[in-house]
Amino acid sequence: MLKQIEGSRAVAEAVALCRPEVICAYPISPQTHIVEALGEIVSSGRLAPCEFVNVESEFAAMSVAIGASAAGARAYTATASQGLLYMAEALFNASGLGLPIVMTVANRAIGAPINIWNDHTDTMSQRDCGWIQLFAENNQEALDLHVIAFRLAEELSLPVMVCMDGFILTHAYERVDVPDQAQVDAYLPPFNPRQILDPAEPVSIGAMVGPEAFMEVRYLAHAKQSQALSLIPRWAGAFRQAFGREAGGLARSYRTEEAETIVVALGSVLGTLKDTVDELRESGGRIGVLGVSCFRPWPFAAVREALAGAQRVVVVEKGMAVGVGGIVSNNVRTAISTRPIPVYDVVAGLGGRPITKASLAAVLQRAMTDDLELTTFLDLDRALVEKVLRKEREVRRSGPIAEQVLKLKG
Amino acid sequence: MRKPFAITLDPGSSLANHTGTWRTLRPEYVDRLPPCNAACPAGENIQGWLWHAECGDYEAAWRLLTEQNPLPATMGRVCYNPCESACNRGALDEAVGINSIERFLGDEAIKRGWQFEKNELNGKRVLVVGAGPTGLSAAYHLARLGHQVQVREAGPLAGGMMRFGIPKYRLPRDVLDAEIARILALGIELKLNAKVTNLLEEKKNGNFDAVFLGVGAHIGKRAYIPAGTSMRMLDAVSVLRSMEGEAPPLLGRRVVVYGGGNTALDVARTAKRLGATESIIVYRRTREKMPAHDFELEEALQEGVMVKWLSTIKQAGESSILVEKMRLDATGFPQPTGEYETLETDSVVLALGQDVDLGLLDGVPGLEVKDGSVQIGANMMTGHPGVFAGGDMVPGERTVTVAVGHGKKAARHIDAWLRATAYEKKPSGEPASFDRLNPWYYSDAPKIVRPQLDLIRRQSTFDEVVGGLGERNALFEARRCLSCGNCFECDNCYGVCPDNAVIKRGPGKRYEFNYDYCKGCGLCAAECPCGAIRMVPEAL
Amino acid sequence: MTFQPVKFYQTGTFTVGNRLLPAETRSVQANMRRTNSLNSGHRACQGCGEALGARYAIDAAMHATENRLIAANATGCLEVFSTPYPETSWQIPWIHSLFGNAAAVATGIAAALKVKGRSDVRVIAQGGDGGTTDIGFACLSGMFERNDDVLYICYDNEAYMNTGVQRSSATPPAARTATTTLGNSFNQGKNLPWIAMAHGIPYVATATIAELRDLEAKVERAMHVRGARYLHIFVSCPLGWGHPADQSIRIARLAKETGLFPVFEAEHGEVTSVSKIRKKLPVTDYLKPQRRFAHLFSPEVRTDLIARIQEGADRNVRKFGLIEN
Repeated sequence: MLKQIEGSRAVAEAVALCRPEVICAYPISPQTHIVEALGEIVSSGRLAPCEFVNVESEFAAMSVAIGASAAGARAYTATASQGLLYMAEALFNASGLGLPIVMTVANRAIGAPINIWNDHTDTMSQRDCGWIQLFAENNQEALDLHVIAFRLAEELSLPVMVCMDGFILTHAYERVDVPDQAQVDAYLPPFNPRQILDPAEPVSIGAMVGPEAFMEVRYLAHAKQSQALSLIPRWAGAFRQAFGREAGGLARSYRTEEAETIVVALGSVLGTLKDTVDELRESGGRIGVLGVSCFRPWPFAAVREALAGAQRVVVVEKGMAVGVGGIVSNNVRTAISTRPIPVYDVVAGLGGRPITKASLAAVLQRAMTDDLELTTFLDLDRALVEKVLRKEREVRRSGPIAEQVLKLKG
Repeated sequence: MRKPFAITLDPGSSLANHTGTWRTLRPEYVDRLPPCNAACPAGENIQGWLWHAECGDYEAAWRLLTEQNPLPATMGRVCYNPCESACNRGALDEAVGINSIERFLGDEAIKRGWQFEKNELNGKRVLVVGAGPTGLSAAYHLARLGHQVQVREAGPLAGGMMRFGIPKYRLPRDVLDAEIARILALGIELKLNAKVTNLLEEKKNGNFDAVFLGVGAHIGKRAYIPAGTSMRMLDAVSVLRSMEGEAPPLLGRRVVVYGGGNTALDVARTAKRLGATESIIVYRRTREKMPAHDFELEEALQEGVMVKWLSTIKQAGESSILVEKMRLDATGFPQPTGEYETLETDSVVLALGQDVDLGLLDGVPGLEVKDGSVQIGANMMTGHPGVFAGGDMVPGERTVTVAVGHGKKAARHIDAWLRATAYEKKPSGEPASFDRLNPWYYSDAPKIVRPQLDLIRRQSTFDEVVGGLGERNALFEARRCLSCGNCFECDNCYGVCPDNAVIKRGPGKRYEFNYDYCKGCGLCAAECPCGAIRMVPEAL
Repeated sequence: MTFQPVKFYQTGTFTVGNRLLPAETRSVQANMRRTNSLNSGHRACQGCGEALGARYAIDAAMHATENRLIAANATGCLEVFSTPYPETSWQIPWIHSLFGNAAAVATGIAAALKVKGRSDVRVIAQGGDGGTTDIGFACLSGMFERNDDVLYICYDNEAYMNTGVQRSSATPPAARTATTTLGNSFNQGKNLPWIAMAHGIPYVATATIAELRDLEAKVERAMHVRGARYLHIFVSCPLGWGHPADQSIRIARLAKETGLFPVFEAEHGEVTSVSKIRKKLPVTDYLKPQRRFAHLFSPEVRTDLIARIQEGADRNVRKFGLIEN
């Protein structure tokens, strides 16, 4: 059924259709509307049986989900930003124990300085926590990815993070097609846990493992994630068959035929990028886009294949590793490491800075002529940072950079 | 369930890890000798029969008790209970009232008509001379061992000193009669008024294979007191014996008893009951030095008996005696002071101890007599093979309980001797001293005091002074037992082991250690209430 | 007066078992078929109070729930010594997630069971004092506040033992740990049972490994209450406290008998019963046998500090009415 609703609401509707049995809720912008909506749905009795647990922190949210999942319940929670970091320890635990929890992350910057707006720093910081990370391009995909995520998580007995851009998607009203319950039920069978806490068959979950077996345990976790790389396209295909539209998968190419330059990105920026590429194509540019849907596990082969014809790659990403540069770009480089082509890294949209078509077009045009630094910060106020750096050199002092920037701006 | 490798494990799988290898100390169950058992002159397994009494199985308790001592109702009245003096509970609050429980069991047996089990006769005949406590005890044990026993008693009734020395306000005769009858019911032949004068001839004529002598000591000792013609001078044994006859002794209104033993008290208290207005004990030392038991003195004082401490009788006149005051020297011995006083009295009873009548032993070769006592070996046999002796006629403490113990011991040696073997006593464990216990575990429970007859009736009648405990009180008292040194299946070791390394084998079967897992922490030993576990260094 | 049967049973309920008591009133630990929920072969130190307390409590809970029990365990000694790969000592469904989240994991399990209509299966969360009073405190408080159907059991050995005896907020004044080498300071302390009561949860109780029957009765009671419950069990640690392995129970007994550790139960924030001291003892009886308090007695006797500890004990006695009038 087509609905004109907010992204958060769309996600909540999708989650509810997946019949989660335990939902943990803790408020943090910009995911708050999702759990609010779910709370409403549970209260209305539409989603039953379901326990909606108002927890005292994100750490508790993930912990409650761990307990619920281990006891055989389909468990869900949502978070963002600082909240994701606050549950970091539990994230590793959930994946280590192989518990198929699904969590929405409404992507947001990480402080300090505190900033509630969108970028990918939060989930990028947790890229190695053992969760599968799927990125939604738009609200329809955000909705659809949750249905896929539960299927995938329970098939693999691994937790899945559905990443959607905070505010840009969560707070955007768009038309979405909300599937009906029968469709979702057909795609997503009831949870049949791989292991369960059950008095009828007692087990000890979460043993202490020493050097004699820890390597093997970690290798098996790695192997399981690699296994996901073949399952994810399969379940995306099944989704296409069942629902009649594309969602998920590992990576999707857009106008990459005969493209010399391919722009790689994750999430909602793909929309703007596609528009920009359309315009560049009109002016004869041989440029295309590769949208990565699955960031963890990293789809080496799919990316390599999609970039096979490119002479250069531009990675537009909403996050960075301080002191290194791009994160996604480094992953791209490892995927195509046998081919010595430039991989330009465009860090963009940090802390909610708008990514405009104009700016993108400008930077892509420079890239197409190989007139670009390997790492670029899109729309950076170069004069300002130079001034700060100059001052820094003059007056050696400690203290937060943010305040100094504000002072100079003011 | 498809358990993830290493992360999820099968329940209880740690049994594969044998932590017993950590152990440097090893717990072991032990059985120690409880102080009550150790102190009992009759060798009763007190703790053992208390165990049954604790459960309310009084017949089982009585049966175990009477394996050692056939006279519990009597013991429960006349024994001076060294078991209670030794009882570890005394260090906690008050000793367990073992004597009261014994009496309860004895009375219960009489009430319920419990009988001893008979053994098949083995063809040997034993003659027992004397039907006092030691003779009856020997006869009983011999009979239970399958021997044909004949008891010869010089007096008109069986019981010896229990009947002719102990007043009936302490031991009612129906109780004594019932216990003697039950012993005789084992098929023992009792011949009364049958004094043995020539032992070897009797032995030969009766075809006896062995003899046990238990004739006691009932000749009152005399002391030289210059006396006038009309003063009545009596000895305590005769006075007490005549209490069992038709006519009570004539003692007068004012009676002086000379001596400081339990017999002196018995006579003084008897005199009071016979109507004496004054019953005075003259004793040469102090209360602290008095050999009589303090509780008996206390009872006597309550009844109005008076005592002249540090006094000796120098002379007896027509109706008075001359008493010299004494003082104790540095060694605690009484010394004359030269101070005198006169005491009006109608009679003087001498309670200065008893001698043994050794007449029947004349002409028995090898038999040795020393200081008026018959000498015996460790197996209770006299110098004459096949003739054994016990009780007051052999050296040792002269109490009913000791006598009963002698009878038992002699019977076991006679039995062995008749089978040409030697009786070996089962070795007993190390003493279960108080410091081995963990007394915290025992419920607080003060001793139950036996009821006493009110004073007026005690001064005028021969009704029993001390009453018995009812069933509930006896049960309570039995449950005060600490079971020193012997497992009483409290499950503490089974419970407190952090490694589940104690196996409970079921009621009555105690426990065993599972050394596969026992780490040797010693909690079981430390928390064993009764000290029945010891830790020993583990050998390599 | 109605007839009163003899109510004296030699050791009464002080010992683990008592053949004189009717079978139905005997302890769970006395039972030959007790579950041994924490089985042999675990790697706890010799004389470990926590291993003992855990088996006491979980066996009792198993008994009360007819073996329908799931436990979540915080990181700590209990977790490490019971489940080193490839062996576990637990015979019950058990999960270890993290140090600070046992209460929340238990909440999740309880929520799952509720959804599945398995109200017959009960949930326990357990941890040491570090996992309870420090790092797990927030999750515990949240679980209390929501009144989740979980019994949380804290095995309090008064420091971080697994990591080598460091101070926790449950470490008592003057106790020496690896991070309080001069002896712990006299702080305000963190009285977790009292804090639990402040949440107004249906049931809060304290117990020691020295009083099994009391402990079992409290677990039994707790398992018959729905909602959040808290049981704080005093467990001695021979290694961390420096007392001989065979003294673990005695030390716990002394903690109670001196008044230092009040044993009580409370419902909805109100104290409803108190286990009286049998024979009040001075705190020195408790302090002296433990090496962690050795500096109070040598090289000089710190009468000032001992007096302050005694004051604390006396305050407990007054506050809870620990002595029979």
